Amino acid sequence: MFQQSSYSEQLTFFQKLRSFDFVLVFSVLLLGLISNISMFSTDGGELLYHTKSHLIRFVVFFVMMLFLSFLNLRFWHSTAYLFYIIVLGFLVWASLYGITASGSQRWVNLYFINLQPSELMKVAIIVCFARYFHREQITNVSSFKNIILSLAILVMPIVLVVSQPDLGTSILIAASGLIVLWLAGLNIRYFVYSALVLLVSFPFVISFLKPYQKLRILSFFNPDRDPLGAGYQIIQSKIAVGSGGFTGKGFLQGTQSYLEFLPEKHTDFIFTLFSEEHGFIGSVFLLILYAILIYRIIKIGSISRSYFGRLFCFGFGSAIFIYVAVNMSMVLGLLPIVGSPLPIMSYGGSSMLATMIGLSIVMSTKIYHKQIIN
Amino acid sequence: MFSGDDSNVRKFNTINRRVFILSLAKGIVFTGILARLFTLQISDNKKYLTLSDKNRLREWRLPPVRGEFKDYFDKTIAGNIEVYQLHVIPEQVENFKYLMIRLKNILPLSNNEFAKIIKKKNQQKPWETLIISENLTWDQFSKVNFYLHELSGAKPVLSVVRSYPFKENYTHVLGYVAQASENDLLNNENIKNKHVPGLRVGKTGLEKSFENDLIGTNGVQRYEVNAFGKRIKQVNFQKGDKGKEIKLTLDTEVQKLCNDLLANKAGSISVMDIYSGEVIAMHSSPSFDPNLFLYGISYKDWDEIRDNPDKPLINKTISGLYSPGSTIKPIVALSALENNVISPNFKVRCTGKMEMYGQTYHCWKKKGHGVVDLRGAIIQSCDTYFYEMSRRLGVDRLKVTASRFGLGNKVFDNLYKEEKGGLFPSTSWKKANLGQGWVLGETLITGIGQGYVQTTPLQLCLMTAQLANGGFKIYPTLVSNKNQESLEKIKYKMAQNLITEEKYDSSIIRTAEEFFNPGEKDYKKLFRNQENVKFVLEAMFASTNQWNGTSYKSRIEDPKYQFAGKTGTAQVKKITEEQRELDLETSQIPYDDRDHAWFVAFGPYKNPRYSISVFVEHGGSGSKAAAPLAKQVIKKVIDRHEEREKIRQRNLVNI
Repeated sequence: MFQQSSYSEQLTFFQKLRSFDFVLVFSVLLLGLISNISMFSTDGGELLYHTKSHLIRFVVFFVMMLFLSFLNLRFWHSTAYLFYIIVLGFLVWASLYGITASGSQRWVNLYFINLQPSELMKVAIIVCFARYFHREQITNVSSFKNIILSLAILVMPIVLVVSQPDLGTSILIAASGLIVLWLAGLNIRYFVYSALVLLVSFPFVISFLKPYQKLRILSFFNPDRDPLGAGYQIIQSKIAVGSGGFTGKGFLQGTQSYLEFLPEKHTDFIFTLFSEEHGFIGSVFLLILYAILIYRIIKIGSISRSYFGRLFCFGFGSAIFIYVAVNMSMVLGLLPIVGSPLPIMSYGGSSMLATMIGLSIVMSTKIYHKQIIN
Repeated sequence: MFSGDDSNVRKFNTINRRVFILSLAKGIVFTGILARLFTLQISDNKKYLTLSDKNRLREWRLPPVRGEFKDYFDKTIAGNIEVYQLHVIPEQVENFKYLMIRLKNILPLSNNEFAKIIKKKNQQKPWETLIISENLTWDQFSKVNFYLHELSGAKPVLSVVRSYPFKENYTHVLGYVAQASENDLLNNENIKNKHVPGLRVGKTGLEKSFENDLIGTNGVQRYEVNAFGKRIKQVNFQKGDKGKEIKLTLDTEVQKLCNDLLANKAGSISVMDIYSGEVIAMHSSPSFDPNLFLYGISYKDWDEIRDNPDKPLINKTISGLYSPGSTIKPIVALSALENNVISPNFKVRCTGKMEMYGQTYHCWKKKGHGVVDLRGAIIQSCDTYFYEMSRRLGVDRLKVTASRFGLGNKVFDNLYKEEKGGLFPSTSWKKANLGQGWVLGETLITGIGQGYVQTTPLQLCLMTAQLANGGFKIYPTLVSNKNQESLEKIKYKMAQNLITEEKYDSSIIRTAEEFFNPGEKDYKKLFRNQENVKFVLEAMFASTNQWNGTSYKSRIEDPKYQFAGKTGTAQVKKITEEQRELDLETSQIPYDDRDHAWFVAFGPYKNPRYSISVFVEHGGSGSKAAAPLAKQVIKKVIDRHEEREKIRQRNLVNI
């Protein structure tokens, strides 16, 4: 056991490079390429601000991801709580001195970047739980203390994000946190209990929602209720996707997007634009690409000998799945419109940063998969 | 450590099991998304494609170009001219208020016009064209172009509008066009479908009757627009079709002469081809310039037209009802002969008046005509003779003949909504409408075209035509059809009808024939014995060409132009005995009390071809006020005859 753990520390640079997961790297690169092509299309076929800055971010964060991959998994294990606490600190900072844009106080000014800590929290919460349950005995997982503590870890950032207000991100944080808790072995009945509690408290939650959020939920159930108002986004998005057809309208030919019928086409609705221009074929291809990405992450988790790495990969893979599924369902009119970016595809530095950090931890798990962390 | 290992194994087992379950769930969700993509992009693709096109494409309809009216000689009598207009599409103007104020100063617009435009803007959709000015003067047009860089959103455009080159000459025949009103849209589906702001539609006359042929189809500009309604690019342009061209039977030269002759008079002149029924001229006076209505008539002009006591808005030729006076005497004479009431040798002694049941019926000639026979009575228009003849004939038999020749009936079927049928009375008519029995005295005055008889000038023209062609029915028309029958064929049909006896009045057979051959023109004979018709025509000739005839002064001796006619002087007011004693000149009587002057004629006498009716409202005596006008018109018509025949031959060859 000791031998094995020391084995990993003797890895040379080339050994590390060889154990890179190239399928994962390749699919991330492909997604990056597609996302930049789509961003180019949102700029109307010109190399404008969005395309440029998205490209720069992707390149910078992708390279960063490659470098961070060489870090020993132990580093992530040992800094997990710190990471969580720093991001939580940023969230507090954001709620106190954050930058407000379109009615929501989400960003902190780091001078070189406007960081959205809630995006980082999506990864931090998983790292934190992975560390928390790493040493826990399976019989103890559902102990009272654990439940209370893990709930505290989960609820603190959620409350901060909800108060920004950012319903979408907080739901995503909650969902990925809960999945990690379940994977860690938390007894299924606690989920049933909390689901019941949620159901009962639903009317109270509704009363806390902002009017525009209520409208969004209502318009999800009936988009035609107010076609020029709250339902507009869903209707226009469905029209764009539906009119794409089998092969799509062609690159730079998406009328819904370049004639500006499509809202938020750089961020949440980037898939709509892609789907309009590249049709069913393109959409299926993108879906498969994400499936491969998720599969690889889960696969890496399943070969990891450390519980930390395994739980993180499973959690992170599932989180990516949730982001993709929620985003796509939302633009296809299967879920209400909540702000949720599509990983890698959507415009946004913090989201890209968080995804790349997560991927680098996954990659590190791959490189050090034989290593056991005590 | 073992127990720890065991626990570790269980821990790994749990997470592996759970991630497996989760992976299944992920598979299901992704399949769901796939299914949704399939539904949207493949099953419902058509629906969303339509919605997407509805989003991005917007159509602008252009006003259709109206079909033209041509006269018989292919002269354009209602055409289209190009005008400069100023259009604004409010949706595409950044600062509408600023633009309007700039325009108000530059054009300039009056406060009234300005308010009207703002009102119109509020009534229509923001992407519909708002017409600021429909007819920019050259000065305004160059000014707007000069300031165009400051007037973002304003577009000077070249547009096409109706124009009537002959102004007041064709006003009543053609009618006029003006902006489509709510009512026009409600009553005509075609107008509603083609309506664009500023569309002109026919308001009266042929412009209204032929609206559906004339209107044409809209041109369509299809633009791609963005979510804010801004035009991005033109996708396609569909040229509209011009409305149908309608060729009329009218002759502008004759029409212009009629207009000149009736200048400063109220009245009507109409000329007809006695075989083909083609109306060669048809003018009503006073007239007005229909171009005034194109851009909305000014209050001043409108008041002037509306308040004119001579009623320029009424087409007197077809809608004016007047007593025909002595012009119906040929029909009365024919009726009496046809019914064998008298023979041409029947004589009456005219003493200037006739007493009956204590009533005195005066002849126009106070001294009387002495002993006159039928021919003499027609030549001199002796009222006493006609009193006596009518008394023997009776009003009901007279009505049969009169109706057959067109009196009291509409001349055109449904060509004009404003056409009136007039009235030829009968005993049963009086009983039914006035609830009183017929009085014999009424028969007497009916026999000289007074009393209840009401006809339009065109009816008398038709009556004369049907006498002049030998007594056959003809079919009056204003529209020159390509499939008209040749003159020879018409004459042949008439000759056929002359020898087939049954055709006369066998109404059942006729009805059956009409049923089997709808639209077939039969040119049936309107008499029993053509000798009677010939007798009447000869008497009319003498009335113009014999020294004692009433229209002798207006005769033309050249056989090429020689014509036969009958005057008429219709009383407007009952004349009292004192007035009769005064025997005033026309000019001494107040205008509204003066007699209406009539003259009907046909020519050339040797080989008749055209009939004419002249009517001068309050013109005094027919021989003085109406016959001289007819003389000039007949001369003109016969001068134009050869040229007209050339066109007719060409039309026939073209078939």
